[in-house]
Amino acid sequence: MAAVLTRDIVKKFGEVPAVNGISLTVPDGEFMVLLGPSGCGKTTFLRIICGLERQTSGDLMIGGDLVNDIPPRARGVAMMFQSYGLYPHFTVRNNIAFPLKTQSVARAEIDKKVAWASQLLGIGHLLDRRPRQLSGGERQRVALARALVREPTVLLLDEPLSNLDAKLRASARLEIKQFQQRVGITTIYVTHDQVEAMGMGDRIAVIDYGQVRQVGTPTEIYDDPADRFVATFVGTPPMNIVAKNGGYLGFRPENFLPKEMMGDEACSEFKFRVDRSEYLGSERIVYGAMEGFDPKQVITAKLPPAHVADEWIRPGEWHSFAVRNSALRNFDKDGNRASRH
Amino acid sequence: MVAIAESVPKPASRFRFILDRRDVLGSFMVAPAILYVLLLVGVPFLMAVYYSLSAYTIYDPSWSFVGLANFEDILEDPMFRQTLYNTFIFTFGSQFLGLILGKFGALVLLRPFPGRKFVRALVILPWAVPVALATVAWQWMFDSLYSVINWSFIAMGLITREQAPNWLGTADLAMFSVIVVNAWRFFPFAIVIFLAGITAIPQDVLDAATVDGAGFWRRNYQIIMPMILPIVAIGLIFGIVFTFTDLSIVFLMTMGGPVGATSVLGFAGFQTGITSGDVSHGAAISLFMLPVLLVVVIFMLRFIRRRDI
Repeated sequence: MAAVLTRDIVKKFGEVPAVNGISLTVPDGEFMVLLGPSGCGKTTFLRIICGLERQTSGDLMIGGDLVNDIPPRARGVAMMFQSYGLYPHFTVRNNIAFPLKTQSVARAEIDKKVAWASQLLGIGHLLDRRPRQLSGGERQRVALARALVREPTVLLLDEPLSNLDAKLRASARLEIKQFQQRVGITTIYVTHDQVEAMGMGDRIAVIDYGQVRQVGTPTEIYDDPADRFVATFVGTPPMNIVAKNGGYLGFRPENFLPKEMMGDEACSEFKFRVDRSEYLGSERIVYGAMEGFDPKQVITAKLPPAHVADEWIRPGEWHSFAVRNSALRNFDKDGNRASRH
Repeated sequence: MVAIAESVPKPASRFRFILDRRDVLGSFMVAPAILYVLLLVGVPFLMAVYYSLSAYTIYDPSWSFVGLANFEDILEDPMFRQTLYNTFIFTFGSQFLGLILGKFGALVLLRPFPGRKFVRALVILPWAVPVALATVAWQWMFDSLYSVINWSFIAMGLITREQAPNWLGTADLAMFSVIVVNAWRFFPFAIVIFLAGITAIPQDVLDAATVDGAGFWRRNYQIIMPMILPIVAIGLIFGIVFTFTDLSIVFLMTMGGPVGATSVLGFAGFQTGITSGDVSHGAAISLFMLPVLLVVVIFMLRFIRRRDI
């Protein structure tokens, strides 16, 4: 196991920087999620860590050693790819054994380790099949077994769940997380799916345009976004941001509630015109506009349906809504957090 | 009250929608190709089989049946056995050389370098140039007096004028020369096949191999080669079939010489059957290609089916 430390990593393809100075520390045993929209450079950054790409500048340290010029196979990292990258002409057994064969591990030792890895992931019965005979979930486990069989110091996962259907994804998420906790391996997980990021990460690094916008626990990212990008990228629906006094005011839809639902806490009141309302079972999303702000800007409110009846909220009506002051977030004119509560 | 006229169902013609049926339309579309093959391949083939069992010559066009006598005759002829042997050497030698050149060419062309598109277009030339034209150029390069290859070796001081090889006049060198020319013609095709195969391999698989610790050679021989084997096998089938039946290069370069050292089945069949007019023996010689090609094709197709991935 090892910590990963990057210092000012830059990667340019021609003139275009894909990674634009990322400095990140991932302590030993941490589950770090790199979250960002597609094309933000997170996968490139992961490929630099495993050595498939050479950074244009900056330093990369794994387990305290500078590994800038060390080839992938000697870095002790394992990577699992988006489409798994299983070798189609090998059986599952040979797929898992391949990383050991390249290291000239003894035959008996290979058998032992393949048995260990396949048992760990519950794929012992699949060893003699070929990848095309496996389901998506099984392929994913084979890829994970192949990544782990070498007992790497760092595990890199590049959107490993994007090829699974929604139901399988939920169980695979849990499986990977539990597995990581059991093995305790330092893990860097790339995704554009905030549910995966929030649900799995010990910490999340939000990346945009090749730069880290914020690093923090899921709670920090969600409750105290460092800037407008993080605020609007994380959360469904995203945080409402309105222009106010030359800066911006932000609040989460679930904190934007009818005045009557507020307790005694200090809160700010707004007049809210309802335009449209969606009932989603566990919640009701209401879209509308606020008096005194840009009327074209859509403001969303997420209401608990148990408290708000259908006939109470109708399109065209004006209602009194409020946000607790503790839930208000202020951003300056550049979109950075102005003040923290 | 509105009377609704009873619509009399018009008896639909059974053939009205006949072309909407997949099976009918399918056979309709494939019929020209089948007819073509039957008339222009099947009939001549059956004629060749019959010729080979008869005593037909252009001087005595009798269709008298002689059984396998023609085959006995040619098998007793050491010249024919030499030709059969030559055909295998020529075919597999040039395919082997062509595949190696193709593999390396493909690896070179996969890397980006300035002028790559131009080189890619240029590489196709050996394939596109008419065989007669290209062979004449090669004939000059292998000429006993004016060979530019010998001239270069002499200029580099590797050999003297007296040691200069007579490429087309020595048995082994002549075979080597026709193999080189055929490999030169085949290798652009091999490059295309290899390029198609290699670019079809998902990048994730190659990256995974790199991270798993496979170096250049291991990636090439344990990952890339097995994965592109089916498509290379298809290319090889074509190469073998075309080369085994080819007579143009031998005909243009050596006329089977010296002393039959480069004679191949196609050439020998043509010489005996057409030039000399001994149609029955010529047909028998040519029919020797059939079992070999049949075995090659069956073997390759089975091989592909067994390891489809």
